[in-house]
Order: sequence, then structure tokens, then C-alpha cells
Amino acid sequence: MLQNEEIDCIIGTSVPRKDGPGKVVGAAIYTDDLHFPELLHGVTVRSPVPRGRLVAIRYGSGIPWEELTIVRAADIPGKNCIALITEDQPCLVQAHINHPEEPILLLAHHDRCLLEEARRAIQVEVESLPAVFNIEESLAGKEVIWGENNIFKQFVIDKGNVDLVWNQADFVIAGEYSTGSQEQLYIEPNGIVAVASPEEGVTVWGSMQCPYYVHRALTRVFALSNERVRVVQMETGGGFGGKEDYPSMVAAHAALLAWKSRKPVKLIYDRAEDMAATTKRHPAKIHHKTAVRRDGKLLGMEVHFAIDGGAYATLSPVVLSRGGIHATGPYYCPNIRIHCKAVATNTPPHGAFRGFGAPQSLFALERHMNKVAFSIGLSPEEFRRRNFLRKGQDTATGQTVREDIDMSALLDRALAEADYYNKQAQFTRENARSPIKKGIGFAAFFHGAGFTGSGERYLASRAEVEATAEGRVRILTSGVEIGQGTNTSLSQIVAETLKLPLEWVDVAQPDTARVPDSGPTVASRTCMVIGKLLEKAASGIRKTLQDSGMLASSYSAFEFLEACRLYIERHGKLKIAAQYQPPPDIHWDDEQHKGDAYGTFSWAVYVAEVSVDSLTFETRVQNFIAAQEVGRVIHPLLAAGQIEGGVIQGIGYALYENVVWKQGRMENAQMTNYIVPTSVDVPSIRVIFQENPYPYGPMGAKGIGELPIDGPAPAVVNAIEDAIGVSVSRIPALPEILMEAAEMVHV
Amino acid sequence: MSKSLVQLRVNDMEYVTEACPMQRLLDVLRENLKFTGVKEGCGEGECGACSVLLDEALVNSCLIPVCQAEGKSITTIEGLATQRGLHPVQQAFIDRGGTQCGFCTPGMIMAVVALLKANPDPTEEEIRRSIAGNLCRCTGYTRIIESVTSAAQAVRQVKHERLS
Repeated sequence: MLQNEEIDCIIGTSVPRKDGPGKVVGAAIYTDDLHFPELLHGVTVRSPVPRGRLVAIRYGSGIPWEELTIVRAADIPGKNCIALITEDQPCLVQAHINHPEEPILLLAHHDRCLLEEARRAIQVEVESLPAVFNIEESLAGKEVIWGENNIFKQFVIDKGNVDLVWNQADFVIAGEYSTGSQEQLYIEPNGIVAVASPEEGVTVWGSMQCPYYVHRALTRVFALSNERVRVVQMETGGGFGGKEDYPSMVAAHAALLAWKSRKPVKLIYDRAEDMAATTKRHPAKIHHKTAVRRDGKLLGMEVHFAIDGGAYATLSPVVLSRGGIHATGPYYCPNIRIHCKAVATNTPPHGAFRGFGAPQSLFALERHMNKVAFSIGLSPEEFRRRNFLRKGQDTATGQTVREDIDMSALLDRALAEADYYNKQAQFTRENARSPIKKGIGFAAFFHGAGFTGSGERYLASRAEVEATAEGRVRILTSGVEIGQGTNTSLSQIVAETLKLPLEWVDVAQPDTARVPDSGPTVASRTCMVIGKLLEKAASGIRKTLQDSGMLASSYSAFEFLEACRLYIERHGKLKIAAQYQPPPDIHWDDEQHKGDAYGTFSWAVYVAEVSVDSLTFETRVQNFIAAQEVGRVIHPLLAAGQIEGGVIQGIGYALYENVVWKQGRMENAQMTNYIVPTSVDVPSIRVIFQENPYPYGPMGAKGIGELPIDGPAPAVVNAIEDAIGVSVSRIPALPEILMEAAEMVHV
Repeated sequence: MSKSLVQLRVNDMEYVTEACPMQRLLDVLRENLKFTGVKEGCGEGECGACSVLLDEALVNSCLIPVCQAEGKSITTIEGLATQRGLHPVQQAFIDRGGTQCGFCTPGMIMAVVALLKANPDPTEEEIRRSIAGNLCRCTGYTRIIESVTSAAQAVRQVKHERLS
């Protein structure tokens, strides 16, 4: 039997991950691995134009059309829309086309070769309309493509009175920044298998982050009650936000084909379709104007933050909120105004991607902080030290920092770990004589954990823990494993709470027929929010057993087993649910964008060391230090893995990942020419955790998943500036952009 | 295209299945023979999720017509573990955090197995180069490199024990 000492150290220990064995032997079952008898395959016929009116659909000759299942908008039994925040996005085009690759018609057949021929034989006749392709064109409003003015959402975050500071300031420094789109590029493309009929309702199995988002969307499309729709998450090969809202679309399409054909339908996107048609990170334009006193104190910050939402609202309003709230970062400034706008363009809707608006606004901020520092004659680190938020001070939204965060100390630690000052001196010496220019730079930032504002309150998530007669414990949640290690860390929390061996805790497959709605698997919320619910539910199990007199206050694992058996024998079952309660003294004003935007923040300083070839302007990241305060670390190996993976994605965002748009369509929708970092492009990442337990997180944990993608881009571009003396204000910082900027400097 | 009988040797077992000669080895392995551990990530030879060994060579099974695999010995992820347990590379990927979402893992592990057969004591640089054809979007590669280093050690250990 396991000794109690061993059980005591489940938290903070890198226990073997629960899903490891299945994944390394190829036995883990992903959506495309499912097989059903009489299975049909589905494909989607998409719009060839960015905007227009659908005139006719012509079915070419040589295809046995009667053998195929064909679904059009008229076949939708319920509402033709993918329900999310604003119900503006159709499931299938009825008449109006608003972006390239918009789904128009669905086909199914058992023979995939014939199906592909059929897809190509369909001609979509469209009357084209003028389209809008970027933020400037959208704001100019020459063509109104959405609502009355192309604006999905706009709001202002206002603190103090920024109008009064411009005359008092010793320095006023402005800067303009822009960030490109980014493809999530999970290695498993989107896919769903559906079984559906008017008699049996709709069941889907698929790759997804949010089973209950898919569930809600399906109830609308089919006009079915909640009980008649069932959504099951299969092993999911990465998400990064890309499987937050889009799986609802894929599920609706697969289920419509199954409903009409009365056969199981598998709809798996190939890579090109997945890249061209599904969501990506919002491109953004950010303008900063900053007032500073002679002593380096920030007096006022005015920020214009605009994001390109694509053709439909989808998640843009909430991406805008998070991006806007993070726009002035971990600094104290008494006067702030942040103007936020999400606008419509005729591209496929941009959506969730790890960081959710914050990587865009923090790139601009951390580039701008360097610009301001240099302009006023302070080093980047000294300027930041004079302005870091401290306990008791408030953020842009007026949220008072309640935790003991010392950003200056975190900065010192990261710089020491990076050997920052010696490296700076060494590079200055060596660069003069070498065609390879080296540089070092850093970024300081924070990331709010959990849903923004009142989000968690509205979600009112639930999670359950169930004990079985065999003394095993089962976790029931719709928070899903997508590689981040959720099943392991949540099991650790429950095992620790109940003082049981980790092996006695199971995680039920996320299935809306069995698990409660714990909210979506997004926003760095799973470990912190759902973990806390499970901690409460598990405590409830223990308390129930103890109150019934079946379990003593201190017990062995086998005494727990015996108590469960006895309780279930007497009462039938033992299942405890917990529902989200906000931490005390949390207030948020949705109208004014004021108050506690997040329960808590995670804080970080990242340092990048780069080399830039002065002939080709290729940049390599040579060393990278990621130092962060994330509350208590539940599983060091998984946590480090999250940070390292996020950093590499962030390096890709900074240097390589360039979505090339032409008439609203992604031109490089292939892995061949959309370049993500490979193993030879990046260094090993050094990860440092500073643990400051958060009282309202499970065992003191905070959110971690998104934080690491916020810092790399500004750290890398700051290092490039250090290396070649060229200030770049846009990402990706491709060689041609660096060369152009360098030529401007030398002219 | 007309189908014919194809004879394949997969993980030391003989299979006869009906396929077009130019069908992708990936599809025949996954659909006809149910080796679903072999994954499709891109279908264009970029991501390496479909990597298998053809005799000793690491190949992208999405780029190999099945006719080219006839008469050769194919090893997939399903063929690595034995009754005695996991292959040391598989064990190392669990112990050292080399797998997260798991979708690149089968192909990645095949690439590592191919590397360690050719080079039992690789440097970090050699490891990085040998897995450059296998994209992972979760780990950032740091833990994969550590997994490979640890696996190499374990493989050498096993060989050493067998010899002594």
C-alpha cells in the first residue's frame, strides 16, 4: 500500500501523465480513427469569392448525383446559424457570401475518390460584390459589409484623465505597431463523425476544446432539445484556440449530412482546407501615445487598439476585451485611455488563438516601452523598474493588485539567468567585427487567468466527482485534454484532496450525456477554475463520508475504499457537484469596462538572445529564458512543457509565421510555405517558475496556458533592435522587413 | 484505377489486402489494415506524423505508393512495444514529457527509433537535425530532445547488459 508521505507529494510532482501510454503506442483514438459500418465521407463546397450573391449551383456531368447526399441551406431543420455570441454566422450560405471559403453546400458518399470528383464538378455561380480586406478599408466604411458601420464592437477603457497630461509631460512619445495573422496549426486537422436522425437526435464525436459550445450550436441548427443532442470529445491533437468555435461548424455540417443520408458521416478536413477555411489569430493595428515625466514615471498612456475580425463576429468582441485590457500591461499609470475596435472584413472569421488578443497588444506595448526608454535616456530595464505595478496599485481597468508580486525582482532574476549585462558588452565588442550581429532583449508582461470580466460568473461552471463502490474516484468535467495535461493535473488535485493514490482517480471521457457543463477549455482556466471546482467536489466526497460516520478524520486509502463501498451500498451513489463562485470582492462593470477584469494574473519576464545575419537578415533565436510567477506549480514537467511550447509558438509568431492574404484568402494554406519552427530553428528554452500560491486557485495554482505566447515576440524584436540597431514595429519580422528597415536607417 | 491484391509485411506479420497500386501507403495502413497509430497531418510530406520505417529507412507514408512497399518490411508505431513492455523510446517520451497532444508522437518516435539505430549516441545537434522533418506544435521540442537523450542512454544500457 502507498504510504501517506508518498501521497502527500502528488502536487508539485511530475507524476506520469495519464494519457501517455496510449499516445506513445499509437492506441489513443482520435476522430479519424473511428470506424462505423456504412460510413459515408463528407466534403464541403466553398465560396470562390470574398463577397457576393449566390445566383445558381450547377451540377456538372459525369457524376452519379443520385448516389450522393447533397445538403443545402434549405435542408437545415432549425436555424441556419452557428450560435456563439452574435447569431450572425450562417451554417451554410443562403444567398449572401461574406468571405472566401464560406461553406455553401455539403456532399457525402462512401467513395472518397468519387466524392472529390463530385466536389470539383460543382460550379457555384456568384454575382460578385465589392469587398473589404483590412482594418483601414473597413473603418473607412466605403463598403458596409456588416451591421451599420462594419464595427463588431467598440469601447473605451478610461482611467484618470489622459487629456490633462500632455501639457504637463516632459516627454510625449508616439509609436505605431502592427501584428499579422497566425495559424494555430494543431497537427491533427479538424474533424467530426456524426450519427443523426429525426428519431434518434444527433450524436457527434470529434476533435474539440468545448463540447458544450458544439452542443449548443447543434441544438439550434436542428431545433432539438438539449437531451436529444450528444457531443463526445475524442482524443484531440492540439487546439490552441483553433478548436474553440470552429468545431461547431464542422459538427453541424457532418450532422446535417448524417441526418439527410441516415448514415454515419465522417467529415475530416485536409490540411489545405483547415488552413484556408478555419479561424486564425486576429491581425491588429496598435497606436501608442505616452506621456512621461523627467524622472521616468509614466503620466499618461493613450492607446488605439484595432483588430480585424473577418466576416462574422464569432469571438471578436471578447478577443477585443482581453487585448484591450492587456494593452498597458504590468505598469502603473494614473491616466489611461484605451480605444478598442473590432472590425469586419471579407476574410474567414478570425477567432481564438492562445493569448486571445493579448499577444497583439503586448507586442505593441513592449516594443513601445523600449522606444520610450531610449527616447528619454533610460535603459529599457530601468524605465520598466520605475513603472512596474506594485501591490495596492491599480491596472488600466482600476483593478487593485492584491497579490505579492515583485516584477522588479522577477526582472532581475531573468536578466541574471540570461547573463544579460555581460552578453550586452560581449555582443557590442564582437558585432563590430562580425557579419553576424548578436543582440539581447526582453519583455515584461502579465496575463489574466480565466474568462474576462463577468465571464466566469455568467458561465457558472459545474464539475463533479463521483466515488464508485470499488473505491475509485471519477472526475466528470467538460474541460478537456488537448495535450496540455489536463487529465493528469486535475487527477493530481483530486488525489491530493482525498489523499488517494493517483492511480485511483479516473477522468470520464467528455460526453455531454455524462459530464456537466464546466465551460470551455480556453482562457488558461481549466486548471485554475475547473481544478478549484474539483477540489471542492472532492472535499465534499470526503466530508459526506466523514459526516455519515463511515470515515475517520484521518484515514488510509483502503479505509476510504471501504467507506465508499459502505456508503454506496446504503445510499445508491456518491457524486458531488461544485459550481463556480467568484473570489470575494471581485467586481466588474461590463458597460464601463471597469473593475476586476480577472480573478488574478500570471506575471512574466522573458529574455531572448538573437543573431541576425547582416547579409541575409535571417534571425535565429540562440537562447531564451522564460521566468514567470504562476502560483503553485501542480506538475513541473507539464507546466514547463506548456511554457516551452508557447514560447516556440511565440517565436514563430515573431519571425516566421506569415499568413499571406490575397483577396481575403490565405494564399499559403500549406505546411510547405506557411513556416512554423522546426526542431533545428529554435533553442532549448530555460524555464523558471517563481511560485506564489494564489489563495483562490486549487492548491494555490493560477492559469498558465496562454501566458508564454505573450512575451516572445516583443522580446525577440527588442533583441533584434539590440543586434542591428533597427527598430521594427511589425511582426512577423521577416528578413525582407528587417532589410527594408535597415536600409531606411542607413539612407 | 483497378484494385489488385497487395502483399505487405507490417510489424513482422504478413497481410494481403486489396488496393490500387498507387494508393498511399498511409491509407492502406490506416484503412485496410487498421494501423491507425499512423497519423495524417498534412498529406504533403511536411509534418512527418505518418512516418513509418520501410526496411530501415524512415519515410512519410503519405508520399509512398503502396506498390513501392511490397516486398519490404514496414514498421509502424504499433510494432515497437513487445510483450516485455514499451520500447525505451516510448518509455522516455512518457517520462520526459516528449508527448503532449500525441498526434505527432507516433511519427516522432519512429524518427527517433531510426536515428538511434544509425547513431546510438547522438549529440543535441544530431537529434535536432534527425527530427526536423517531424513537426510538433505542442512541446517546443525541448522535452522531445530530452526524451531522445534519455532513450539513447536506455538503449545503450540494454545493449550493454545483453553483451555482458
